[in-house]
Amino acid sequence: MTKRYLVRRAGQAIVVLVLIACINFLVLNLAPGDLVDVLAGESGVGDLAYLQALREQYGLDQPLYVQLVKYLLNLVQLNLGYSFRFNLPVRDLILMRLPATLLLMFTSLGIAFLGGVAFGVAAARAPRSIRDSVISTLAMLAYSTPLFWAGLMLIILFSVKIELLPSGGMQTINGPNDPYSVVVDIARHLVLPSLTLALFYMATYTRLMRASMLDTYSMDFVRTAKAKGLTPLGIAYRHVVPNSILPLISLFGVQLGSVLGGAVVVEVVFGWPGLGTLAFDALFQRDINLLMGILFLSSVLVIVVNFAIDLLYGWLDPRIEVEA
Amino acid sequence: MIARASFLERYYLSRTGVVGLIILMLVIVMAVFGPILYPVDPWEMVARPLQWPSLGSENPLGSDVLGRDVLSGLVNGARVSLIIGISATAAAVTIGVTIGALAGYFRGFIDDVLMRITEVFQTIPNFLFVIVLVAVFRPSVFTISTAIAVVSWPAVARLVRGQFLTLRQRAFVESCVVIGMSTPRIIFTQILPNCMAPVIVTSSIMIATAILIEAGLSFLGLGDPNVMSWGAMIGFGRQSLRTAWYLTLIPGVAIQLTVLSISFVGEALNDALNPRL
Repeated sequence: MTKRYLVRRAGQAIVVLVLIACINFLVLNLAPGDLVDVLAGESGVGDLAYLQALREQYGLDQPLYVQLVKYLLNLVQLNLGYSFRFNLPVRDLILMRLPATLLLMFTSLGIAFLGGVAFGVAAARAPRSIRDSVISTLAMLAYSTPLFWAGLMLIILFSVKIELLPSGGMQTINGPNDPYSVVVDIARHLVLPSLTLALFYMATYTRLMRASMLDTYSMDFVRTAKAKGLTPLGIAYRHVVPNSILPLISLFGVQLGSVLGGAVVVEVVFGWPGLGTLAFDALFQRDINLLMGILFLSSVLVIVVNFAIDLLYGWLDPRIEVEA
Repeated sequence: MIARASFLERYYLSRTGVVGLIILMLVIVMAVFGPILYPVDPWEMVARPLQWPSLGSENPLGSDVLGRDVLSGLVNGARVSLIIGISATAAAVTIGVTIGALAGYFRGFIDDVLMRITEVFQTIPNFLFVIVLVAVFRPSVFTISTAIAVVSWPAVARLVRGQFLTLRQRAFVESCVVIGMSTPRIIFTQILPNCMAPVIVTSSIMIATAILIEAGLSFLGLGDPNVMSWGAMIGFGRQSLRTAWYLTLIPGVAIQLTVLSISFVGEALNDALNPRL
């Protein structure tokens, strides 16, 4: 892992970020009607001179490339604009909602990872057995289930039929407020949404873990382990699992963007107060600025995490020469 | 003829592939002929609201909060799901194959630029991007299919580029260059047909994903307001989840079965087209 490689990767990441910002700008400008049209439509102002003055004030009368440069300069300072609906800067709104989404996402990914490894190992240790085909079929089923629908079904089962878990929100209103009960309360609210979101990704991890383990089983060092008389269990856990887990970590980075998207519908289903419900509100109040801000910051998150995973990868497996 | 027979034979080896194909055929028949055989308007109030499903009644799958027929919604929704799934995938495959072929054949600078663009589209969170595009350009079957295509082409582009990079080095391509065959002809008649197998497998999975994305969109209220879709039915049914959960269950099972059958077909195609596995 050379310094030159790091600089190069960071440079590529910045190019990607700038291009994403340009796409955002393009979409904003292709949208029918500008900000002033929206404001005018709402307040019922029809005075053309006044509208022109507003356009000048917001810089909308300037050539597109000037607007683009301004937009990019604003983004560099993390100034994502102002949400006129919530009366707050977009950045503050997003930062307020981000922790809830991160909590949901990482809990789900944790569940998905552990569950996926466990099921993958169980399937790969006896390929083509009944256990393997049951696990593979269930994984396929989970893979084909719309997240939001799985959430609704879990609500019917666990909150309507057996009234075990809360069906929505993040905390009980007017619940106890000592730290311990708050944590328990949030954890109880977290169970259903995180399980819902985990379901799909657990299926992908299961399939990948199974395939990766079957690959590893065919390698020479496993044959050596067998030859020296290790038990099948010892071979699986000491030799095969540790050598099969690496692809799952790179899948984690690839999937992050998709998990963010999945979090949107899951949050809407469970009323989880994160970025997803914020995006949903922005959508229905046609707050395109806020929506774009969420999209941009999510992309930044994906880039940063993938960069971190790249570094982690080289550290976990020094055999991998990171090619510059 | 021999190749074809062995392809079918290999396909029929997969039990799930056959089951998937049968379910998929049923869904296709439902989408094509359903609205003709069962001509009930999915938007019209035709029954007392919230009637539970019962076979033999006028509304075999029950009615929703507004007294609309659930079976009719299901039949019309099949059409929307398949149309969006197929058209979005067709568009994405066209873009992906073009970009992947150009990048993989010409390499160098063109490859760098195209791959950077691909990376950009892969980085932006897919579903969020689709939401933004559809919200900005107003929901319709066309904008939804286009938005899904915009986010799904990178996978095809990378796949095709990889195939082109290896196939271009092969002797049969080099001999075409030597005999003076034109570049477009080499690309279209020599290399492209040889990399279609993985593209077909990927497209089947993309159709499944597109159907799931469309369901999510219309569940959030971003579906085409003029057509009844499965996701929208779940969105409507959600309001009476506690009392009339069949309204949520039925369209959800329809989505799940359709997507599952397509995935099974995709997997069987993969095994049949790549016999080395």
